[in-house]
Amino acid sequence: MKNVLESLAVLLGRAPTRVAKEDRSDEVNALHAKKRNDKERIEAIRIELAHKAQANEPEKIRRKRWAVLLFVNLLFLVSYYLDIQMLEGALTASRFVGFHMADLNSALQVMLAFKHVVLNLVIGTVTVFILWWILGGRTFCSWVCPYHLVAEWAEMLHLKLVARGWASDHTFDRRSRTWLWLVFAILAIVTGYTVYETISPTGILSRALIYGPGVALIWVAILLLIEIFYSRRAWCRYACPIGLTYGVVGATSPFIVRYDLTKCFHEGECRKVCLVPHVLDTVLKGKAKAMDVDIGADCTRCGRCVDQCPTGALTFKFKGLGDLL
Amino acid sequence: MSGNKKRLTKKEKERRTFIRSVIMGAGVVGVSLLGVIPVIGRWVQRLRPPGALQEKEFLASCIKCGQCVQVCPVEAIKLAELDEGFGIGVPYVDARAQACDFSCDGLQCVLACPTGALTHDLNYPADTRMGFARLDNPSKCLAMQGKGFKGLARGADYKGLLRYDEVDRWNPILVAEYPYDLELCDLCVRQCPIEIRIAQCAAEEPVEGKVERVAQKQGNECPPKPAIAIEEVDGVMTPVIKEGCVGCGVCEMICPPEPPAIVIDSALELENRT
Repeated sequence: MKNVLESLAVLLGRAPTRVAKEDRSDEVNALHAKKRNDKERIEAIRIELAHKAQANEPEKIRRKRWAVLLFVNLLFLVSYYLDIQMLEGALTASRFVGFHMADLNSALQVMLAFKHVVLNLVIGTVTVFILWWILGGRTFCSWVCPYHLVAEWAEMLHLKLVARGWASDHTFDRRSRTWLWLVFAILAIVTGYTVYETISPTGILSRALIYGPGVALIWVAILLLIEIFYSRRAWCRYACPIGLTYGVVGATSPFIVRYDLTKCFHEGECRKVCLVPHVLDTVLKGKAKAMDVDIGADCTRCGRCVDQCPTGALTFKFKGLGDLL
Repeated sequence: MSGNKKRLTKKEKERRTFIRSVIMGAGVVGVSLLGVIPVIGRWVQRLRPPGALQEKEFLASCIKCGQCVQVCPVEAIKLAELDEGFGIGVPYVDARAQACDFSCDGLQCVLACPTGALTHDLNYPADTRMGFARLDNPSKCLAMQGKGFKGLARGADYKGLLRYDEVDRWNPILVAEYPYDLELCDLCVRQCPIEIRIAQCAAEEPVEGKVERVAQKQGNECPPKPAIAIEEVDGVMTPVIKEGCVGCGVCEMICPPEPPAIVIDSALELENRT
């Protein structure tokens, strides 16, 4: 319970708390101390990392994830064009072989603005809630949201520009997302319009893919330009209320990334690629509270850290089912 | 140069990040609120699909998914663009391009709607009230000029579809594949889905009970009131819109002259007129 509260606080924008040495178990402290001196192992990992950088291996999980993301989004399109009624609608609301599904944030906006909920929407919302609770909450972001994919491409460009000194990353306060979530919820109640849907890049992209492109893509392009030239992954990190909604759902999810202190040698490869590096605070030298730490609710389960970790200290876990991937 | 640049203290950095964040948040909210302008300004007064709630509630309750678009057999429903502000992703019908001819019988768009933006309270086409037809350009009306009509109502390139029962009860066909030869043009009455249904009901009447149930099963029960008729007004044959008009737009769609003699006023347009 304490872990869940901590994970929610970090999700809402608070800095991760660090546990004092005295409050940790002796076992953890002993391991932290021992690793500082294991020069041989550290050297071995250095060499391994250098090899990896040269080999330029593809990120396996990332490829799978992109395939899943494209599959889900294209299924909408294919279902419509072939009229096979597999997945009707768009990401905001749909029917999967007849079963109602509703995006949690879109459904929330509609409920707050309309102040009346029909049964179909309840069914769709509950179904999706359960689905994403099982699958990890923000898993929606990295495995389904089409904006996430284009933002990843923008991020690649951004990092190239940064490497050449042509751009730098300007960070924002992570609490902005929580405020935006609140403001959009209040706006929906007060104005009676689904204000956030007007600028939701997720909805815009999903509809553009299925029903054809339109001027709304200009807004998405502006967001991407900001991310390329000014601030790395700004929308997903600091603004998107959808991410926060799914983050809350995933706070108690059984599907998580688990950190194994014994295997970690604090190379920091995971934090370099992470969309939400604050959830990986625990991998910093001497910061882990326990031998095994579950990564928090803001984690999108994108698996890039799992791919990058040279020592296999980060793995996907389905609590109660053991190893999954 | 860079040597002169003072390194920022942690506090200064935090302050900058804070200011940056406030500007970003205000920007995002500001852009989203621009969406109110087309709505308040009533820039767009669209014809909405059957069963649509009043405009304000409709925009609030629609989840912008387009399931109604996908089920429509004549593809009459389109989704609005960002220029309609809060109305982005909300469905509308452009009657002149493709009206709703109820060829799905069961109001498929209403059944598809997951949020009740298209209300489930209605069961039959005659229950809907998308808008109201109006004789906008009487001078263009062929009937009022005493003229007939021969050929394709909207030309050979027109992409619109209509159901012609005598051709195919279940599949709508291209209007461009259905030539007419009329002594007096009465296309607006002849193609009116409500009038067609009334005529079918009248023909069915002799066989009691059983047929009525079939009609109900098709979700197309007999409309209680006529929608449109050609009547003699001051000695001129004139299309007269009746109380039973549901505003489906087929009359506007099929009317041969350009611009059409008859148009549909959406609910918002009607509000503006009164």
